[in-house]
Amino acid sequence: MSHDVALPGAAAPTDEDLAVSSARAAVRRRKLAVTGVRLLLVAVWLGSWELSATYLIDPFYYSKPSAIGGKLVDWFTQTTAFGSIWTQISYTLQEAVAGFALGGVAGVLLGIVLGRSRFVADVLAPFIKAANAIPRIVLASLFVIWFGLGMSSKIATAFILVFFAVFFNAFQGAREVDRGLVNNARILGAGRAQILWTIVVPSATSWILASLHSAFGFAIIGAVVGEYSGADKGLGLLINNAQGTFDSAGIYAGMIIITLIALVAEWLLTLLERRLLRWRPAASGSHDVQI
Amino acid sequence: MGETERAHACTLAEVRRERTVRIKRKTPAIAVNSAKDDLRGLAAQGFTASRPLRTVPAMTSETVPVIELVGATKRFRSASGGVHTAVRDLDLTVAAGEFVAVVGPTGCGKSTTLSLVSGLEPPSHGRVAVNGREVTGIPEGVGYMFQADAVLPWRTVLDNVTLGPRYRGATTSDARDRARDWVGRVGLGGFEDYYPHQLSGGMRKRVALAQTLVNEPRILLMDEPFSALDVQTRGLMQAELLRLWSGTGAAVVFVTHDLEEALVLADRVAVMTAGPATVKQVFDVRLPRPRDAEEIRLTSDFLDVYREVWESLREEVQITRERMSGRVA
Repeated sequence: MSHDVALPGAAAPTDEDLAVSSARAAVRRRKLAVTGVRLLLVAVWLGSWELSATYLIDPFYYSKPSAIGGKLVDWFTQTTAFGSIWTQISYTLQEAVAGFALGGVAGVLLGIVLGRSRFVADVLAPFIKAANAIPRIVLASLFVIWFGLGMSSKIATAFILVFFAVFFNAFQGAREVDRGLVNNARILGAGRAQILWTIVVPSATSWILASLHSAFGFAIIGAVVGEYSGADKGLGLLINNAQGTFDSAGIYAGMIIITLIALVAEWLLTLLERRLLRWRPAASGSHDVQI
Repeated sequence: MGETERAHACTLAEVRRERTVRIKRKTPAIAVNSAKDDLRGLAAQGFTASRPLRTVPAMTSETVPVIELVGATKRFRSASGGVHTAVRDLDLTVAAGEFVAVVGPTGCGKSTTLSLVSGLEPPSHGRVAVNGREVTGIPEGVGYMFQADAVLPWRTVLDNVTLGPRYRGATTSDARDRARDWVGRVGLGGFEDYYPHQLSGGMRKRVALAQTLVNEPRILLMDEPFSALDVQTRGLMQAELLRLWSGTGAAVVFVTHDLEEALVLADRVAVMTAGPATVKQVFDVRLPRPRDAEEIRLTSDFLDVYREVWESLREEVQITRERMSGRVA
């Protein structure tokens, strides 16, 4: 298995060393170029928006980057119409995380149970199909009536969105477990519970993790839409209020904050995924670099 | 199998046919036959007369066969709604410590035979017994190596091998000790912490072998375990299997479509008919043990047995080919 390793203290750089260092330099140049073009694109986009909003179109409707930036600075240095911006962020985040956790756990549990039990799955199939067909976002209005203006109605909205996203993947993952692996475990002496823990859950994990990425996005949507339908705090309320006062910069500013939160969550989930799925072969991106 | 069954008469023709393939048995305990119900139990009186010296442990008349299939039939509902008979009226008996290879044309139903013995599938008709007891669930002391990789990709080599002992209630440290021992024995020392995707096909087979053998099965079922390997690796794995098996006293049923492999490994070779599978003939492989898996195929004795068995297998392969070409046309 071990490759030949160059002896330490080898004198002059060999052909191979030169080839490696030139390949590295090529990779560096490429990365630099990609980043440079990206920055250029953003500059062109923001610059043309700023210019056209100053000279051509009405910034009252379309706002402009400098106004949005000013709004964000305003919110973070002073305060919003409903108190500190951090309070709003923390409210929305709490709702999203709670809905995500509850919906995720419920989706995984029910998905695996139904995936492993043909009978229950057959019985419940039409109901699940119907529940999935409901435009669930409308439930947000109902939840405000049921649970009031506090956090719980937003958690419920986030929950219902996350649940279905995770449930269908966990269900599919539990169904697609390799029969050969299950048979092998049975022969080795595994009982039903052992098969569930050592075979079914790990095989469904890659399915479930794939769904969690979009699920956190759904959790934020649930929380924000919930706040839209009636709330006393939160980013959705800020946006709703900005809409009510024709403050288009406020809407953009709220959007940017939510996007940043979603990106950080996405990054955390990728870390988790890497940790849980480190047994998988490296992704196809790591192919040999041509020299 | 009792005296009464043994007393069942054999038709003369059947005796003659069996004779021509030089089957010599001492007791019905190791009898294998493709005969119908009235011939069940076989061991016509003539067979006990001369029995050449064999290197496998001698059987006594009291020995209970470890595996016994009597008139076993397995039918499946096919996807088109019809009934597919995979195995029909199959009789096969395997003694303790015996290495039996089952050869037959591709897709004839050989694997189904193993799933009947392992208890993964119940027979539609007939009797399947392991250690004298009817198979209802998975019998005690059975190991099964599947054709496809059955190692868990999310567990390291060592953790894969600990599965068996852990399932059977061993403590973590005990299971790890036993697993480490077996990982070494199959030649994977130093690879304990590797994941299966980091190993070659042959190494993954070694993991599967260790995973099965760590439970110390008395009966080892192997379903074309090496068929996916390249020829050189396959030869090496055959040698490894013989090394690990010798001295364990475990009975092995090794299913393969490769006659050469069957003859290299086994004490007896059962030739199956083209599907639905049933035992056509059984041949003794009188090659000395211990065998050098890679050299033995060059000896003239080996070629003699090969020719003899191939004569029987060829017809079945021919039938299968004709069916396939009929389907293609």
